[in-house]
Amino acid sequence: MNNDSNKLSDASEKQVKFDLIIEAGRTEGNYWADIWRFRGLFYFLAWRDIIVRYKQTVIGVAWNLIRPLLTMLVFTIVFGKVAKLPSDGAPYAIFVFSAVLPWQFFANSLSECSMSLVGNSSLISKVYFPRLIIPASSVIVSFVDFLISLVILIGLMIWFQFVPSWKMLFLPLFILMAFAASAGIGLWLTALNVKYRDFRYIVPFIVQFGLFISPVGFSSTLVPEKWRFLYSLNPMVGVIDGFRWSILGAKSNIFWPGFFLSLVLIILFLISGILYFRKTEKAFADLI
Amino acid sequence: MSTIAIRLENVSKKYTINHEKQERYIALRDVITNNTKKLLSRATSTVVNSKTTFQDFKTTEDFWALNDISFDIKQGDRLGIIGRNGAGKSTLLKVLSRITEPTKGRISVKGRVASLLEVGTGFHPELTGRENIWLNGAILGMQKSEIKRQFDAIVDFSEVDTFLDTPVKRYSSGMYVRLAFAVAAHLEPEILVVDEVLAVGDYAFQSKCLGKMQDVSKSGRTVIFVSHNMGAVSSLCDSAVWIDRGKVVKGGSVDEVVNYYLKNQSTVYSESSLCSLRQTQELMYKSFYITSVEMFNDKEQPTNAINFQDEIILKISLGGLPKERFSVEFHIYNELGQFVAVGASGAYHGIYFNKDVSNIKIKIGPLPLTRGKYTISLSLVKGIDGINTSRSDTWQNAISFSILECKPFINRDISTLQEGACIINQTFSEWL
Repeated sequence: MNNDSNKLSDASEKQVKFDLIIEAGRTEGNYWADIWRFRGLFYFLAWRDIIVRYKQTVIGVAWNLIRPLLTMLVFTIVFGKVAKLPSDGAPYAIFVFSAVLPWQFFANSLSECSMSLVGNSSLISKVYFPRLIIPASSVIVSFVDFLISLVILIGLMIWFQFVPSWKMLFLPLFILMAFAASAGIGLWLTALNVKYRDFRYIVPFIVQFGLFISPVGFSSTLVPEKWRFLYSLNPMVGVIDGFRWSILGAKSNIFWPGFFLSLVLIILFLISGILYFRKTEKAFADLI
Repeated sequence: MSTIAIRLENVSKKYTINHEKQERYIALRDVITNNTKKLLSRATSTVVNSKTTFQDFKTTEDFWALNDISFDIKQGDRLGIIGRNGAGKSTLLKVLSRITEPTKGRISVKGRVASLLEVGTGFHPELTGRENIWLNGAILGMQKSEIKRQFDAIVDFSEVDTFLDTPVKRYSSGMYVRLAFAVAAHLEPEILVVDEVLAVGDYAFQSKCLGKMQDVSKSGRTVIFVSHNMGAVSSLCDSAVWIDRGKVVKGGSVDEVVNYYLKNQSTVYSESSLCSLRQTQELMYKSFYITSVEMFNDKEQPTNAINFQDEIILKISLGGLPKERFSVEFHIYNELGQFVAVGASGAYHGIYFNKDVSNIKIKIGPLPLTRGKYTISLSLVKGIDGINTSRSDTWQNAISFSILECKPFINRDISTLQEGACIINQTFSEWL
């Protein structure tokens, strides 16, 4: 009798459907569903970062216009006027700015991402949500900066009476590519920065160094033909070339094999970045 | 039959303690230097120094914060998790709220879990109160529509409506905490996991929070509450689990577990409470003072865990020399710091002690108090009959006791009523 009733209760308990199973390695399965479930939080975190960014600085939005503008001015003077480098036939200012745009987006994303988890450590140790949301919202914030800087480009085009060609229609694709590059490398740095705290000293170096090895102030056509493919191992070369091709129109020629190499590398970075981030993510709360 | 809300099966969590490093973080430079060192020492001294290199590898130790924990929590249960510091309570909460993954085992959950391990998580000082309500709500897992619906209630509860558009960095700490708790209090999950967040704010607000927590638990939702405060656990929960060194020591009804805990923890508990010795610094400038107090039950057994209608005896030792005859007073406060009762040998009973008296016994009770923790403050009063009397010494929070069980009437179902501060005699009859 007793045995029978035990079995009965066992059977009835099995019918209880649990909504959530917590187990070692279990978060893997419904990770993307979770990200969708926490989209509200994603939105609010990005919104918070944007608001705080513009509240804290007195000149707010203006600061975002001044930085790329000054970079553009210096590069135009040094590379265009002093060194007299070729500009693919476009006004040097527009030529430089079409590269400063994606570069600043990329550089901002890297520095914001790498500090994002450490800066939100209290959140991470107290509340559960897919951690991917935090660096992702950092990239979004940098993207908003990017959109604001886009205004300068339009201003420059009006100033120089530069009419873009039909290629301009492809710009969103290259923006997407810049987005992928920022997110991919950003995720790598974010995860590494939680694990190794001295990684944050390396990030500014990468950003500074990258500005000079990427074709921001000069045209990548200056690189000798035989080295161009190798040069495109820097994923930002592909992004910047793409931006120039799209913005400067007929006047810019693009080295397609190099471009696709960059594109493949960016996709690899993005996938491996997400994988590595997910792998280390579980330990974040314990490490921070 | 109630269904299971949470089932824990063999849940374990391992942390690796690193003995080698004193730093909190791993630095890449250390990893590089250590690996190079190992490489070099292996290359150069394979034979000579094999012992030391071997030790280099054994610098970590495993620590099981949770070790094979299994129990079920039924829907609508109010479960208290008790245990001393470092017993694994917080780790269990972290695992339950998915902040960290268990190393082994599995937890099955039915329903939406919201955890409250801290009030004001994610509050940003630069944002206004209004903005922080939205942000904090989202962080705690509320949907946009939910926050919208509850917004006015949250503002009402927090009492900060006039400062709603001021950045919270300009808030007083009290306002900050009130706003933070208000958001948390309006979560409506099926399962609420709460850490000791009640120890915030002023007394009035604390009792408001306790009341809100009681409302939540009475609405049939599952509550898991972690606390050191046996009084709060006893009054909020109906079942409890005692965890020590990562293992379940005892589970069952709240009275059973809390009693068992207090009995078995008495060694730890008594050090602080059964007998209190006064801090010497306090007495430097006093000529007449209380030096110690001990607490007993009516059978003269040392205890500080008693039940409703029990009596307690306080034995006070005095030091120094009084200039005249004196009387003794005691004040009892509840865990919210509210003044509950007073006793005075002189003013109430006309009892004054001679100058040479150095030990005094006070018998208090039967105590009509409800469950909770109470503290007693003691005072010495010099002078007679209210003329020129003044307190020559007051010892705040001299000793504390807990009322564990309060079942004054037969058939009383404690879960249906909120207990008041005390129980008064009552009779009910039909009136014709």
